Amino acid sequence: MTRIFETPIYPYVRSADQDAASPARHPVVVVGAGPVGLAAAVDLAQAGTPVVVLDENDKVSWGSRAICFAKRPLEILDRLGCGDPMVDKGVVWNVGKVFFDERQVYEFNLLPEAGHKRPAFINLQQYHFEKYLVDRVRELEAAGKPIEIRGGNKVRSIDQREGHVRLDIETPDGPYAIDADWLVACDGAASPIRSMMGLDFIGRTFEDNFLIADIVMQEGDFPTERWFWFDPPFNRGQSTLLHKQPDNVWRVDFQLGWNIDKEEEKKPENVTRRLKAFLGDDASFELEWVSIYTFQCRRMAKFRHGHVLFAGDSAHQVSPFGARGANSGLQDTDNLVWKLKLVLEGKAPETLLDSYDEERIHGADENILNSSRSTDFITPKSDISRIFRDAVLELSEHHEFARPLVNSGRLSVPCTYDGSSLNGTDDEKMPPRTRPGSPASDAPIGGKWLLDMLGGRFQLVTIDTEAPERIDAGGIGIERLALSSADDPTGALAERYLGGRESAVYLMRPDQHVAARWVGFNEAAVRDALDTAVARDRGWTR
Amino acid sequence: MDEMSELITKANIARPDDFYAELIGLHEGRTKEESDALNARLILLLANHIGDIDVLRQAMKAAAKSGHDGARN
Ligand SMILES: Cc1cc2nc3c(=O)[nH]c(=O)nc-3n(C[C@H](O)[C@H](O)[C@H](O)COP(=O)(O)OP(=O)(O)OC[C@H]3O[C@@H](n4cnc5c(N)ncnc54)[C@H](O)[C@@H]3O)c2cc1C
Repeated sequence: MTRIFETPIYPYVRSADQDAASPARHPVVVVGAGPVGLAAAVDLAQAGTPVVVLDENDKVSWGSRAICFAKRPLEILDRLGCGDPMVDKGVVWNVGKVFFDERQVYEFNLLPEAGHKRPAFINLQQYHFEKYLVDRVRELEAAGKPIEIRGGNKVRSIDQREGHVRLDIETPDGPYAIDADWLVACDGAASPIRSMMGLDFIGRTFEDNFLIADIVMQEGDFPTERWFWFDPPFNRGQSTLLHKQPDNVWRVDFQLGWNIDKEEEKKPENVTRRLKAFLGDDASFELEWVSIYTFQCRRMAKFRHGHVLFAGDSAHQVSPFGARGANSGLQDTDNLVWKLKLVLEGKAPETLLDSYDEERIHGADENILNSSRSTDFITPKSDISRIFRDAVLELSEHHEFARPLVNSGRLSVPCTYDGSSLNGTDDEKMPPRTRPGSPASDAPIGGKWLLDMLGGRFQLVTIDTEAPERIDAGGIGIERLALSSADDPTGALAERYLGGRESAVYLMRPDQHVAARWVGFNEAAVRDALDTAVARDRGWTR
Repeated sequence: MDEMSELITKANIARPDDFYAELIGLHEGRTKEESDALNARLILLLANHIGDIDVLRQAMKAAAKSGHDGARN
């Protein structure tokens, strides 16, 4: 049986561009068909913006990669039309156990808040995720949407010219060139485009090695829980993580430290010995993947460089604790795509793209901060740091207060763009969780989910108050979504959106983030907020 | 605006000699390593009891000063 990661799913096909007399021009070219590049392409094509995706490969990702996907990315994937297959296939988990030395110190339940369509987390192999995105690309193609994915297309060099980028591409049939108004570089952590442009990373860097084994075991051997060991007997001084994936695959993640002999560690007999010390001598398992990874926490100084926009791992990297890599990459393209579309359509100034830098650098810094802190807790960098770490773990066994201090990875939560230049008016009596810059909180309304009704365009959400059904604001349509407390049996809508107010009007961005909010409708205020949200407030005229 | 709570630096322990003797007594017969671990647990328990991050910050700042620095404060 060929497995999904062994099957070419976007094999090389000769494109008409390869026979063109002069380089064909495309509005957007995405380099990299990893999760982030594919999400960008689906988002663009759904909105009718023509997009070409180039990847040197033709398969889904190889090896142990992302497994843990958080609620916000699942909500984004709903908007992209891939949420259902993800959640149907994924393993939902809520219980985690923390072990220290030889014993379990405590157990927690994430107890996800009620009234959300999507669970707090699912576990799913990255190759399944990429497959669903490629399926979605095919679906859009079949529906006549302007999307094309070119496997076996390796970008060799790029050249930023006046208002566009020239790409030089290598294929099995030889090289060709195309031009892109905008190039979205989703070419991964080793980003050749970043190197071609001579760009580098900034920020704190630290390094660690992880032996990651995805193993197949029989159902029933271990429950669907996240088990995390600090300093266990089978991996002294380090940490170990066990987590379940679909198809009876378990992820075992051994931290190895920095000064190790990678070749020695990777030998199958050594991996098996490690696994047996961990799972017991009579444990029976099959190895799906074994690899050693090195992680760094760092980002580029800027994600926008002229007409080249970096997204995902090419722009920032984090350690795997907290599952923030692919999760944050999806929030990058969620943030970028609607802005790119408005700029391409001439409805917003190019400076709107600088807010992509502003907002997603804020997100990247939050992720880097969180993963750095987790890493410091998991691998104390000094004697005193280890003394406190161990004291926290000791206390956590008997004292509830110490448990929030235990940091085995702060799982990805959505980013709020506090202080963003795109944010408009706030109302302080309304709940902080839906303040300008926040992603909308889901809520069940009249048998539907709020988030299923949001996104892809600017919307004016009214709760128990009146507003026009549609406003045209300089070529940008704002559609009304009228909600009523009468359709809010659980009270979630009132709790999440009204707070101390009787009514509310929310201006929502196409990425489901709140732009501004008021108690009642005022047309001039809405137009102002829209101009702010698309960076038209800084002296721009069409 | 909220009034910021002040770290109490005036004498606040009713029977200082008793407290001090108990604190030292707690460490009796322990190795340096055990004492370090105990101190860390004690700090964490006390910090949680205080809870207020402003007060904790003032305490960390005051504790970080020593020698001539401390005398000037
Ligand atoms: C062990 C491990 C565990 C992880 N766990 C999680 C997790 O639980 N949750 C989470 O969210 N994230 C996790 N991550 C991170 C996640 O895998 C990455 O963040 C994610 O794959 C990044 O996606 P990307 O699309 O930016 O880059 P990639 O997936 O690296 O894709 C880059 C693509 O660019 C293509 N490419 C490169 N150069 C060229 C070129 N010159 N021309 C054409 N194409 C090119 C490549 O072929 C590739 O397809 C984990 C990673 C690892 C390694």
